[in-house]
Amino acid sequence: MNKSSLLRRRKLAQVAIFGLFRLSAAINGIALLIVVYFLVARGWRAINWTFLTQPPMDSMTKGGILPCIVGTLCLSLGAILVALPIGVASAIYLNEYARPGRLLRAIRIGINNLAGVPSVVFGLFGLAFFVVWLKMGVSILAGSLTLGVLTLPVIIGSSEEALRSVPDTYREASLGLGATKWQTIYKVVLPAALPGILTGAILGISRAAGETAPIMFTAAVFYTPSLPTSVFDEIMALPYHIYVLATAGTEIEATRHLQYGTSLVLIVLVFGLNLIAIIYRARLQRRM
Amino acid sequence: MEHSLKIKIKNLNFYYGDFKALQDISLDMYANQVTAFIGPSGCGKSTLLRCLNRMNDLIPISRVEGQIILDNQNINDPSVDVVTLRRNVGMVFQKPNPFPKSIFENVAYGLRVNGIKDKAYIADRVEKSLQSAALWDEVKDRIHDSALGLSGGQQQRLCIARALAVEPEVVLMDEPASALDPIATQKIEELIHQLKKSYTIIIVTHNMQQAARVSDVTAFFYLGKLIEVDDTETLFTKPKLQQTEDYITGRFG
Repeated sequence: MNKSSLLRRRKLAQVAIFGLFRLSAAINGIALLIVVYFLVARGWRAINWTFLTQPPMDSMTKGGILPCIVGTLCLSLGAILVALPIGVASAIYLNEYARPGRLLRAIRIGINNLAGVPSVVFGLFGLAFFVVWLKMGVSILAGSLTLGVLTLPVIIGSSEEALRSVPDTYREASLGLGATKWQTIYKVVLPAALPGILTGAILGISRAAGETAPIMFTAAVFYTPSLPTSVFDEIMALPYHIYVLATAGTEIEATRHLQYGTSLVLIVLVFGLNLIAIIYRARLQRRM
Repeated sequence: MEHSLKIKIKNLNFYYGDFKALQDISLDMYANQVTAFIGPSGCGKSTLLRCLNRMNDLIPISRVEGQIILDNQNINDPSVDVVTLRRNVGMVFQKPNPFPKSIFENVAYGLRVNGIKDKAYIADRVEKSLQSAALWDEVKDRIHDSALGLSGGQQQRLCIARALAVEPEVVLMDEPASALDPIATQKIEELIHQLKKSYTIIIVTHNMQQAARVSDVTAFFYLGKLIEVDDTETLFTKPKLQQTEDYITGRFG
């Protein structure tokens, strides 16, 4: 084979492989577009001012979903408030303080297993531990704590990754100037890791907002027209409301548009929460 | 000119786990002088440098025997606070490592972590430190811009300014110019000449011309042992040992 045809073949191979990679990336985007298109096409007619600002009416066949929106916002933010401090603190311990050894390995195995526990198991755990044993009742508090525990492994994993990516030269420079270990972590390592930690928080909050099983025993109720006034109130939530309308409602077929409308609102809400975090992260990165 | 003894190393052994990285090192270093450590890669010169501000404490499996006496105080004594020690013994690293903060905040960092809050004092120290590091004129108009926007040579001078800001007595430099181009290297070397008026400087370098240019005393290390130490001029012109001569003339290493 002569040289130029070999070169042609090598270039062809490159074009083919890059094409495959491009296709894989495109499939991701297309899948998201299809989901969004599907929800918009079927749900947009349900969305109007009443839908967004009123509680459900007539056995949840009419009216709106305001209590669900408020409930999901409370639960997501509650979960992040629980999981972010504990998760980041754990990650700092694991990555900055803990000496390598059996204990550290055991903790890591524990975290990885926690990440693999099915969400309905978290729901039962929340019911037994927070709702019954700690007597929190079915409440925002119990649901937030349950979702918080569920999102912990995500937060710990991404926070550890972010801390690991901070170069050791920063730590050495700081310690070399007479900073204590904690000052080094607080003033140099954490700020440098913050964008990565926020990425974990985004993933965590998205997961928390969309989960149904962990909240159905711990926080969410079938129906309540009133908005919560304290963390001990039970609430409605978007994912659980969708589940209820689609499987246990009085008029399952007649409320299809409400189910899709609710799903659309949930997706938009998750995107909105993500967007806030992304914008904040971009501002942090610009400042560096 | 007589120089006072600043650091006395006595029978120092250093281990990484079972590996003995430094063997029975004894060496004196004097105030207002530049002491250079030379030797091939892996000879222990950087390890010894990092013993002087106990940076090796960060390595869990490391162990040190013998004494390092700084101003009549053994720095490995349990009563010595490592944070205070590192404030007095500053360090400049091989690769410029400014924090992802502004130029001002980089230099102010050491003051802030040491509890200084007086804004006017901090601003004054930042300016003086940048002047000492011969960087002030280049950055005074963009002092609040990110330090990461500076060139490599400027970043390294910033790191020197950052080390000077806390007014250490000793400045350790671990191949401070090895990542820099010749012009930036020349600036760093001129700077070292200036700095030795106020500080005790210990520099690790791979570059023998650099050791010859900047240092007063040179110590040659090989395989964890101190082979020969002498006035820089003597060591480079009339070394006592064949091994030293082979190394400085480039016959091995």
